[in-house]
Amino acid sequence: MNGADEPLLIAEGLTKWYGRQLGCRDVSFDIHEGEVLAVVGESGSGKSTLLQILSSLMTPDAGCVRYRMRDGVTRDIAALTEAERRFLFRTDWGYVHQDPAAGLRMAVSAGANVGERLMAIGARHYGRIRGSALDWLARVEIDPDRIDETPQNYSGGMRQRLQIARNLVTAPRLVFMDEPTGGLDVSVQARLLDLLRGLVAELGLAAIVVTHDLAVARLLSQRMLVMKGGAVIESGLTDQVLDDPREAYTQLLVSSILPP
Amino acid sequence: MTVTYNFAYLDEQTKRMIRRAILKAIAIPGYQVPFASREMPMPYGWGTGGVQVTAAILGPTDILKVIDQGSDDTTNAVSIRKFFGRTAGVRTTTRTADATVIQTRHRIPETPLRDNQVLVFQVPIPEPLRFLEPRETETRRMHALEEYGLVQVKLYEDIARHGHIATTYAYPVKVDGRYVMDPSPIPKFDNPKMSDCPALQLFGAGREKRIYAIPPHTRVASLDFDDHPFERWRHPGRCALCGADDSFLDEVITDDHGTRMFVCSDTDFCEARRAAGHGPDAPGATAPDPARGTEASHG
Ligand SMILES: Nc1ncnc2c1ncn2[C@@H]1O[C@H](COP(=O)(O)OP(=O)(O)OP(=O)(O)O)[C@@H](O)[C@H]1O
Ligand SMILES: [Mg+2]
Repeated sequence: MNGADEPLLIAEGLTKWYGRQLGCRDVSFDIHEGEVLAVVGESGSGKSTLLQILSSLMTPDAGCVRYRMRDGVTRDIAALTEAERRFLFRTDWGYVHQDPAAGLRMAVSAGANVGERLMAIGARHYGRIRGSALDWLARVEIDPDRIDETPQNYSGGMRQRLQIARNLVTAPRLVFMDEPTGGLDVSVQARLLDLLRGLVAELGLAAIVVTHDLAVARLLSQRMLVMKGGAVIESGLTDQVLDDPREAYTQLLVSSILPP
Repeated sequence: MTVTYNFAYLDEQTKRMIRRAILKAIAIPGYQVPFASREMPMPYGWGTGGVQVTAAILGPTDILKVIDQGSDDTTNAVSIRKFFGRTAGVRTTTRTADATVIQTRHRIPETPLRDNQVLVFQVPIPEPLRFLEPRETETRRMHALEEYGLVQVKLYEDIARHGHIATTYAYPVKVDGRYVMDPSPIPKFDNPKMSDCPALQLFGAGREKRIYAIPPHTRVASLDFDDHPFERWRHPGRCALCGADDSFLDEVITDDHGTRMFVCSDTDFCEARRAAGHGPDAPGATAPDPARGTEASHG
């Protein structure tokens, strides 16, 4: 079986309740290798809930997530052992948190932050680990001279770029991002988006990017899902959805946020 | 008024409970077994974990040695030795070769241990992953899933900061190819002695309520990097009293003017050598180079 045509990840009927509060309902889609999918919607629409289910940080009440592993076999992630799931999470996946402090070890150096995943999968050559870290710092435009500083000294934009490097060092095929540019100044956002766009294209990454910023969706993604009240109300090619929204809600979103 | 203690202070039921934990620890080398640590008539930090382990394994014919930083004469060592002399009436010794049970803080004796000896370590912090991951639930999961990248991160930081692995005490080891273990704050000089040791090694942490073990003849490997391999370290030079050039040395201040000398930290080893005629003027003896300070403070 040649896997390249098969979806990388398939979501089927994902539903999550927090007690009586709906998180998300009956979300289905799939994503292929190298594809960037944006998930947009207002606050409370269920974007983060969906991302956490997809990345196995949370279990859904109904539905399943299937993922095509590096060996080409597509598996239900709920059926993986905990060890397999954690291994997947720190090798073939990346997860970029909105708050970099949640995704970094703030007390250890930038080099160790980047090298940790390599060490976790058995790298035992200091010189090579450091070499990869230097390489990755350069690729996310962090001065390699600052490799031994902790991210405590870094600006918000640098921390976010460090978090990205830390995730990409194991060459994941899929990266989850929850508001990766949230909380940053506009000019810093633009630089980060540029960088992300370049990396995603260069590495052929698949990414699922949660954002309430339609400009982010426009710049990064080929396809998008629009969520409202926990459900996907519209989906399609990003340019099509943004230029010619079908749902009244999406029209409202587009007209209120995107300059013409 | 006379107070009578049960043999070795603890009641038999408590000893059985501790022995069960010890047996489990021996069955899973390097794994930290929780146990219901008891209040002991001494403060935490004085070896209550080690004392409970010793109390649980001691028999009337045992011969006990207690050392603190290699010495039989510190307050801590003397009071624990007295404690068991009083509550168990066992014979005590300072000679490593004569002891059947050795309770220790911060050292492994220089004299090689043999089978039928038990070395009991006092442990302040049993969790080797604690310094980077404070959550107990998470460190347990890491042990269960053998996720030990974090220990390597610590060693990476050492090299990045100091150019070499600067950890000199409580240097992490992997036991029998499986569990990463904190050997307690012994100098890394002692680490190789743990591997393939004929004696049973037991570790007791009182405040943290954990017991772990290295069964006799178990492989114990100090963690490192391929290009920064584990290295033993002792202060270079000879003991100023017995001339030994292969023992772990302590720095002692000998007067009010800051005069220093380096002597064996293992007092029994040093005395035995002197009794056998060794002295500081051994051929080729050199004074330790004072410019090279010790790498780590004694903690
Ligand atoms: N842990 C929780 N307990 C209870 N309700 C929750 C919990 N997390 C989320 N919710 C609710 O589920 C719904 C979806 O929340 P979610 O965080 O997924 O939205 P979101 O689209 O990410 O919002 P935002 O843009 O504000 O981050 C909301 O009504 C939210 O209040
Ligand atoms: Mg959210």
